Parts: sequence; C-alpha cells; structure tokens
Amino acid sequence: MAHFTKATSIKDWLNQRLAIDTVERVMMSEYWIPKNINFLWAMGMVLVITFALLLVSGIFLLMYYQPNVDTAFYSVNYTIMRDVDFGWLWRHVHGVAASVVFLIIYIHMFTGIYYGSYKKGREMIWVSGMLLFVAFSAEAFSGYMLPWGQMSYWAGMVITNLFSGGSLHADGLVEWIRGDYVPAQAFLTRFFMLHVLLIPLAILGLIGLHFGALRIPHVNNQDGEEIDFDKEAKKYLAGDKAGSKVMRFANDFMSKDMMVVGIYLVFFFYLVFWNYGFAMDAVNFDPADGLKTPAHIYPEWYFLWSYEILRPFSVDIGLVAFAFAQVIFVLLPWLDRSPNTVPANRRGLFAIWFWVMLVNLIVLTAMGKLPPEGMFSQIGFVSAILFIVQWLMLPFITMFEKKV
Amino acid sequence: MENNSRRGFMGKAFGAVAAVGAIGSLFAMKKSWDPLPSVRSAGFTTLDLSVYKDNELVTEKWRGKPIFVLKKTADMVAKQTESQKARDIEVNGSHYMIAIGLCTHLGCIPAYNASNQGFLCACHGGQFDFSGDVTKVPPPRGFDIPPFKIEGNTLVLGEAGPEYTKMKESGVTL
Repeated sequence: MAHFTKATSIKDWLNQRLAIDTVERVMMSEYWIPKNINFLWAMGMVLVITFALLLVSGIFLLMYYQPNVDTAFYSVNYTIMRDVDFGWLWRHVHGVAASVVFLIIYIHMFTGIYYGSYKKGREMIWVSGMLLFVAFSAEAFSGYMLPWGQMSYWAGMVITNLFSGGSLHADGLVEWIRGDYVPAQAFLTRFFMLHVLLIPLAILGLIGLHFGALRIPHVNNQDGEEIDFDKEAKKYLAGDKAGSKVMRFANDFMSKDMMVVGIYLVFFFYLVFWNYGFAMDAVNFDPADGLKTPAHIYPEWYFLWSYEILRPFSVDIGLVAFAFAQVIFVLLPWLDRSPNTVPANRRGLFAIWFWVMLVNLIVLTAMGKLPPEGMFSQIGFVSAILFIVQWLMLPFITMFEKKV
Repeated sequence: MENNSRRGFMGKAFGAVAAVGAIGSLFAMKKSWDPLPSVRSAGFTTLDLSVYKDNELVTEKWRGKPIFVLKKTADMVAKQTESQKARDIEVNGSHYMIAIGLCTHLGCIPAYNASNQGFLCACHGGQFDFSGDVTKVPPPRGFDIPPFKIEGNTLVLGEAGPEYTKMKESGVTL
C-alpha cells in the first residue's frame, strides 16, 4: 500500500495522491517533438482551439434554442439573434467555426499526405483522423438541420434519401432514420440529440484516440527522417539542446504553436465580426416548407467535392461513386505501396498525383456550387472520373517508385 | 484447474446474460426510432377532382409529401404513348397525372413548365414529362404514384383501389 507522509506544500499533497509531476512530465515537458517542422505542424492545435470555440459557443446557443418544428426557426433568428445579449456573437462564432474547421481539417489532411505522415507506424493516426473527419461531417450536417430553414429541411430530405440506396429502395430505412415519412418533429429532435450529445461524445473519444496514436510513432518531420527519440531526448536532457533533434512539447513547441493560433484567431474573429455571411446561407433564412424546394440546393462548401462526385451519374452509379469518395481516403496508408516517407516533391510521380488531386478537389468544389447545366456538368463529370481514376492508379504509381 | 473452470463458467454465464441484454436493448433502441403510431396513422387525403383546370399543375399534400395533380388537355391525351397511358388516371372521362411530387433521385420537388409540358428538378437536373415519366437522368424512374381509390368524382389518397393495385402489380409504380 502507498505510504503517505505529512505534505510539505499543496503541490506535494497533490503529488502524493495524483502524481501531478509525473503527469506533467509525460504529457508536456518530456513529450518530445522534432525541431525540423514548420507552421503546418500547428494545425492540430488550431483545430483543438476551434473545437473549443465550437463547444463554448454551442453551450450558449443551447440555452435558448428550441428543438421544435414550430419554434426552432424563431428561437434562432429572433430570440438568439435579437433578444439575447451577444446572442449574435455565439451564433456567428458557431457558424464561422463550423465552416473554418473544415478548411483547417483539409489543410491538416493534405499536410499529412504531402509529408507521408500516414506511414511506418503512423497508420492509426491517419485512420483515427479520418474517423474524426467523418464525425465532424455528421456533426456539421446534424447542426445544419437545427435552424429549421429551407436549406435545413431540404438538405435533410436529400441526405436521408441517400440511405434508400438507389435501386435498393430501402424506404423503410429512410423512414426509420427520420421517424416520419418526411423530415418532421421526430427528425428534428433526434438530430438535435445527435448534434449536442452523441456525436460530440464520439468526437471527444476520437480526439483521445488520435492523440494516443501519436505517442508511440511520434510526430513526423519535414524530411520524414526516422529519429531515435530516446537518444535525442537524453542528449537534450544532458544539456546539448542545440545538438538534439527534438524539443519539449511544452513550453518550447507550444509557444510556437500558440503563436500560429494567435494569427489564426485574428483571421477567425475578422470573419466573425465582418465577414460571417459565407457561413450563413441566405436561403436558410426562409422557414422550412415541405411543399417548396428552393431553386438550387447545394451543401456547404466543404461537402461540395463529394456532392459533385454524386451528381453527374445516374442514381446507382452516383451512389457507388459517392460511397467510394467517402471511404477511399481512409485506405491511403495501404494504397500507397511505396516505403518512402519523404515529402511528395522527392517522390517523382507521387508529387504529380498529389498536386493533381488537390487541384481536382478544388475544381470539383467549384463545379458543385454551380448549377448542373451545360459546360459545368461536363467539367464536373470529367473531374469526378479523374478523382476515381487517380485513386485506382495510386497503388501502381507508388509500387514502382524508386527508393529514396 | 478447478478455479479456472469455475472462472470459465462464470465468464460464460455473464456472457450469456450480457448477450440477452444487448440484443434486448438494441431491439428497444431500434423500435424507439420507428415512426410513432400517430405518424403512421396520419390520415387520408380526399381530392375533389372537379376543381382542376387543364394543364395547370396543383400541389396537394398527403402525409407531409407534395402530391402533383395535373389535368391533361385533350391534345396531351391524344398523343400519349403506351407507357404514358399506363400511368394515366381516368376519372369521369377526364385524364389526370397524379403522383408524389418528389424527384425519385433524392427527393427534391421538380418544377412544372406548362409551355413545354415537362418537369425539371433543380437539384440534380432530372427531367420528367407530363405523365410523370422520367426523360433525363439521374432520377431512376418516373414519379411514384400514391395509393389511391376512385370514388365518384373524388380520389382518396392512402387507400389502394383496383386501378392502383393494377399499376403496382404491373410495375408502373413502386
């Protein structure tokens, strides 16, 4: 049994019971980060801060929001926006953060792809990250239902209809998900539950997994160099700080991280105060009407690329292509057959693959926003085919890659 | 050894109790998400067909869904193809297109253009003709026809009459 002595200080008292010194060492001062990194390595912390902003603003919105088909729209657009002091602030922070979080997630993802940070023991970091992407997507969708405007209603209609599986006609499944023939009260209340409880719980769990997955393989670096973290840490602790390839997570790495976070927050609050319009679709300021489809239905910008992969095909092929686009990124560590863990620009064909993928996703995003007519329809079709072909090609172009 | 087999038995016994509990709770959870009885029994809609005008689309409501009612002109009736006739609903000598007004692709409401006698869905560009049949993908089939029963000059939606049953059996609608 543990032996307790009379405490000499509050810290000592806590140390005897919670080992706070050990926790601090393991989590912060002796959690080692490579020095050879750049500002893109701060995106994880930027995401943590954005998630915190979503959580805090969400808590305040939750106090006035009413999940009822008759009052939801007015509780958002009247009560929160006009009656509640600073209600507009929470709503605009929540809306802007929900949009910007996806921008950062995409940057974070493509940084990982570029530097090969999904290989050699880092597969679980990638997989847990992609699960987080799925959870954030579900969170974004369920939250989009809550103001119960026209876009909420019709996005709810279209997305839940995806589950009928095209020719499978699983209408029973769609009605089960909605709890009604059309999105109505049961639908709104259950998506409210998902948005404020079940999915956030899943996200918190997945964040824990994502961080845990980092502990053993450690953070990657700009050259994909395999660092002996124990040896470098010893060197650092022995006093050779300049010669060591690693630094402490806190306060060394954190101080740089928070500097990037500071710049990000200035940009973020610029959007919140002066340019929040992009996160607030005008159509959603009309209350939901089940008998009138808006002229153009499009998702928020971060779903446009996968929406555009769904759109140009007949329903079954479209659903298969869409499902392919949703899961294929998860398989990246296994589709990339090359043992090289170096930046894409040193990997020959893979560099071209990377930039074509990035540009093509931007093209798909742009086409998804435009009406499905004429020229745009054809560009979207070609881009969607290119996306699928690129993924099918990946194992072959990486298989023959020269060892760097 | 004796301890191990006793532990093994206790493990299995707990496993059995947990499995029954898990299956039971999953069943309860599934049923809790089902549409409520009040939703399921949501009423029937009766349409008085004498009020509709030629080639003018009217949207009615049945179980929260829009129902398209289009009274066909003599010209439309005359030029109907076999597959268009199969979807035709005739009441008291007048011909109607009556269908659930949701695109069979992903459920948006297509708009009717009276001058070219066709529907266009703004969501993904699907098109339908005046009989509700599909003319351009992505929708996989024409508009679905709700269960209906003809009673004099009225139509009851939600109840399956002989004309509807025939359509369903011949695969005209789902």
